[in-house]
Order: sequence, then C-alpha cells, then structure tokens
Amino acid sequence: MGEGAVIKQQVVGKPKAVQLDFMPFKFCPGCHESLVWRALGEVIDELDIQGKAIACLDIGCSGVLMVGLAVDGLHCLHGRSTAVAAGVKRVLPQAICFNIGGDGSLCAIGAGHMVNVMMRSDPITTIFLNNSGYGMTGGQVAPTSLIGLRTTTTPEGRDVQSTGFPLHLSEIAATMLGTAYVSRVSVHTPANYQKARKAIKTAFQKQMDGVGYSLVEILCACPPNWGLSPLAANSFVEEKLIGEFPLGEFKNVDKIEYTVDPEINRVGRVKRG
Amino acid sequence: MADRRLLSGNEAIGWGAILGECKAFFGYPITPQSEILEFLATELPKVGGVFLQTEDEIAAVSMVYGSSMTGTRTMSATSSPGISLMQETVSLMAYLKVPSVIVDVCRFGPGSGMAQTSQTDYRQVTKGGGHGGYRCIVLAPSSSQECCDLVQLALWLADRYQMTVYVLTDATIGQSCELVDLKTRDFGALPDKDWVIRGLDARGGVRQGFHQHMWDYVGYHQDMNEKYREIAENEIKYEAYCADDAEVILVAYGYVSRMAKGAVDLVREEGLKVGLLRLITLWPFPTNTLRELGSRARRVLVVEHSSGLLVEDVECALQGKVPVHLLGIWGTHRRDSSGIIYPERIVEEIKQMESVA
Repeated sequence: MGEGAVIKQQVVGKPKAVQLDFMPFKFCPGCHESLVWRALGEVIDELDIQGKAIACLDIGCSGVLMVGLAVDGLHCLHGRSTAVAAGVKRVLPQAICFNIGGDGSLCAIGAGHMVNVMMRSDPITTIFLNNSGYGMTGGQVAPTSLIGLRTTTTPEGRDVQSTGFPLHLSEIAATMLGTAYVSRVSVHTPANYQKARKAIKTAFQKQMDGVGYSLVEILCACPPNWGLSPLAANSFVEEKLIGEFPLGEFKNVDKIEYTVDPEINRVGRVKRG
Repeated sequence: MADRRLLSGNEAIGWGAILGECKAFFGYPITPQSEILEFLATELPKVGGVFLQTEDEIAAVSMVYGSSMTGTRTMSATSSPGISLMQETVSLMAYLKVPSVIVDVCRFGPGSGMAQTSQTDYRQVTKGGGHGGYRCIVLAPSSSQECCDLVQLALWLADRYQMTVYVLTDATIGQSCELVDLKTRDFGALPDKDWVIRGLDARGGVRQGFHQHMWDYVGYHQDMNEKYREIAENEIKYEAYCADDAEVILVAYGYVSRMAKGAVDLVREEGLKVGLLRLITLWPFPTNTLRELGSRARRVLVVEHSSGLLVEDVECALQGKVPVHLLGIWGTHRRDSSGIIYPERIVEEIKQMESVA
C-alpha cells in the first residue's frame, strides 16, 4: 500500500468473534481446524449472535479450537457436549447453543447422545470435525477411520474383520425425522471453505428459526496422525477422505412435518379425566 | 390451614423439588426411583419448570450440569447403578463448582442388584463418588416429611456452597406412604450467582474462563479443603434420641434409623439405657457429637443395611476408645433382597452384645 493510502472499505480481517490472545495458538502445521475456527467466527459475526451464543466444547483438538472463539462456553467431558448443549437450550431457549466435537467424541463415546438429540429434535447445532482418527490422543483408530488406514491401534491398517467399517454420521442424521439440516463439507480449498461457511450459517439459521436439530460435518486434515506433510494431507482429503465421505447437503427443511393420531393419543397407561 | 397429604417418600421428594423452586429436572427411569420422575413430569411444567426424560443417567447429569450453569436450580434423581453412571460429571461439577442436587433412592447392590431396599451406596456418596478426591454433602431423610424438607435444604446448600448435594434415601423410605406437611422452608439468603453462563450479553460482553483453576490445581484443592471445613462447622445435622444417659449408643440413618428408634423404645421398657444417634447429614459426619456420646457409653452398635460401610466412619470417629459393634445386612429378616432389619432383631443384638460383656 502506497504512502498516504486510505482504507475505504475493509474487505478482509479477523472476525470479531475470533480471539487470538485468550490462549496460545495450538494447532499443528496443516491442521484444518483453524479454518473452521475462522469460518465459525465469520458466521457468528454475520448473524450477530456473539452475545447470545453458548458453545459446548468437547474433549480433543476440537476443544482447543473453542478457547479462541470469543463467545460464552462450557467445558464438557468427552462425548457429553451434545447432551450439555441440549440441557442448556432447554432452560435457555433464547441462547444459540452449539457443540463442537471430533469423530471420537461424537461417533464413539458420545454417539448415543447424538442419536438422541436428533430423535428429540433439540434445536441445537453440532459442528462435527471428521479427521478419520483420534487427534489429541495421538492417532488411534476412530469409527470414521478409513479402511486400511494405519493408526497406532491398527498398526497393520484398519481391518474390517476387527474394527468394522467407517461410520457415516451425516447419512444417519439425514434419516432422522428430527433433523432440520445436515451437511458434510470440507475446508481444503478456498471454494470448499466458502461452502463450509455457508453450511455453518444455514445450520445456525435453522436453530434461530426453531426448525430443529442441525449438523455440519467438516472433513479435516490431520497431517501428524496421517504421517503426511501438510500439503499431502490436504490432497489426501480431496483424493481419499471425500471418496469415503461424499460432500453435500443431506437434508434441508424449513419445517419438520409430522402428525399426531388422535386414536393413539387415547391409548396408554395414563388416563385423562 | 396447613397442606397435609399422604405421600410416599418419592412423591415427597417431588414436592420438595417444587417447594424448593427447582426449575429443571433431567432423569431416567429406574426402580425404585421412577415415581419421582413421574411426579415431576406432571408437576414441574405446571410451575414453569423444564422436565426431560433423557436417554440415560449420563445424559441426565450432563444436562443438569448445562442447565445449572445457566443459573437454573436443577436436579436429578436415580438409584444406585444410575449414581455410578453419573459420577464422571459429578466429578466435573465438583471441579467447576456447579450446584446440583442428585437423589439416590438406594437399591440393593453391587451390580444391577435388586430393586429392593438397601444402604449399600453409603461409601460411594459420602466419599464423593467419582475420581479426583472431592466431597459432596449427603442428606439422609428417614421419613416422607424429611424427604420433602431435606430436598429443599439440599437445593439451598447446593447454591450456598456451589457443589453437588446428594439426598440418599432407600426403597423403603421411597415407597412408604406417610402424612407430610407441605411447607416451604426458608434457609436464608444466598450469594449471587455471578458465575453463570448465559451468553456474553448477560455479562456486558466480558468473557469468562472455562476453568477457574486451570493453572492452579493445588489452589483448587486448598480452596476446597477450606470450604469442606466451613461446611463441617456449619451444616452437620443429626437427631440424638434418648442419648443423654445412654450406656449403649446405636448409630443409624435412613429407614434403619426408624427401626433403631423402635428398638430403643422396646429396650427402654425393659430398663436398658440405650440411645440412638440418627444421622441426617452423612457428610459432613458428626464426629465430635459421636465422640462425646461415645465417651459416656460402654459400647456403640452401628446398624446398617450393608456389609459395614457406615461403621468405618464410626470407628474412625471413636478412635478405638469405645468398642464398636456392627449389625449389618445379616440382620435382615430374609436372606433374599426383600429382607429388612426389624426392631426386634436390633433388640436381640443389643441383648446378646450386653450378655457377652
């Protein structure tokens, strides 16, 4: 920028909802989480919900992400962020409640809570980071690990005879009547980043409109645990991860349609006087 | 006129929750606790409260944590295996200093056990329950009236000390029906909840740390020890029955304390100087009172529906200065899980103990 130049319009900058000094920046080189962090910050700014957002952070690298987001938050135990967010939303419906967790949190130890918030249509939003393994504990096999992937607990590669097949949470979510919005995105190219941002925004909008539960699954690179360079890990997302976990919007409804059968409503142990 | 009703202990706990201004309840069905859940499913929404039956006790206590963090008076109720399932989050709430009330209508254990009465959870709840070396206040009602009153006290204590308070009952107390005066209890003013999480707007945009003690774990345990001392100084509750001249002191809580009271009445008719220390707070434990009563007594008999859990604390308090006897689960009238300890069996134990002396 030349001497004397005046900034007339700021077209890029740090989102207001992103706070860099709360804790040191802790992500590994090539990790995609900082992009998710930025996307979340941008969406929170755009929707102007920083003051009423409550984030429930799960255990794992996804929890590290949350400390840099300048919104109110709750520290949750491994897998429980979904239930905690649902509890907060029940007593504080005006808050925008969301939880962030990885594949270990949401597909393994906390999978039961995921199915149940979908079933109950709790109007919360889940940001689900899928990096095909356990990040923070050092690269163990996850329900989402690709078949054949060499993890520290499947040293010869994920073997379906022993550890089964990758779990597709978004596809499951799309089959549940209680979900309002389900999308799988990635952040490995600028174009995909923009789609991810849009998906997160739509998911929050569904909650704000009171439609029901919303889920955004974000495919993330994990270079250290994949044993790949940042660049190679980025390509691995494109070439392999998306192959197993196709991107797309699996569900997007503005209203969840259902009927109550009055005949059924007359049956049951509790008699109405 | 006073509102007087015939209530089971479980219903009385539900009423205590309503009168104690509990505004959210999350729980999962388990015998012998389910009536609490069913009562609040109907009654809590009527007073603007939130009720939810969750997918399990882990979700229930997770929601208790989330709800309580918003400043809402929140509780849950379960029975023994459910108490085990909740412990990870009870430990988290101890660390983060979150108020909560959890009712344990104790059933027979270990394992899934049986749904009938027992006191086999004493050690678990009085020693915190989960990992990490924390404590929880434990209140032990012995009647429907006390169920109603002590749940209100539990809600107050939880807010007062920012911690989990257990209300430990048993299947006998939970399922027996008695007359209850439905009264709102006032325990005094409470500190402001300046720690609540309700969005940045509610706090003028100021962000709050997730962990108060993230960089000072030593400080956490020192602070908590200070708080535990304060609780032990101020909150111990017990009932001493015919204890002033007692040469034999019975120690019991819950339904067993009712049986022990009956035993005291029976042996007093025969001129035996027997008294009862009925524990209302199991933690904090009335160490000094027991020590004083023990110093005037020849012996102490602990009666409890377990293999001997309360007896450990009694022995610890008495420091070997008075002989301590135990009538445990073998004192029940049947060997299956429907057995209970009757006054006559306690009388028999007292007489046998005294004749050997």
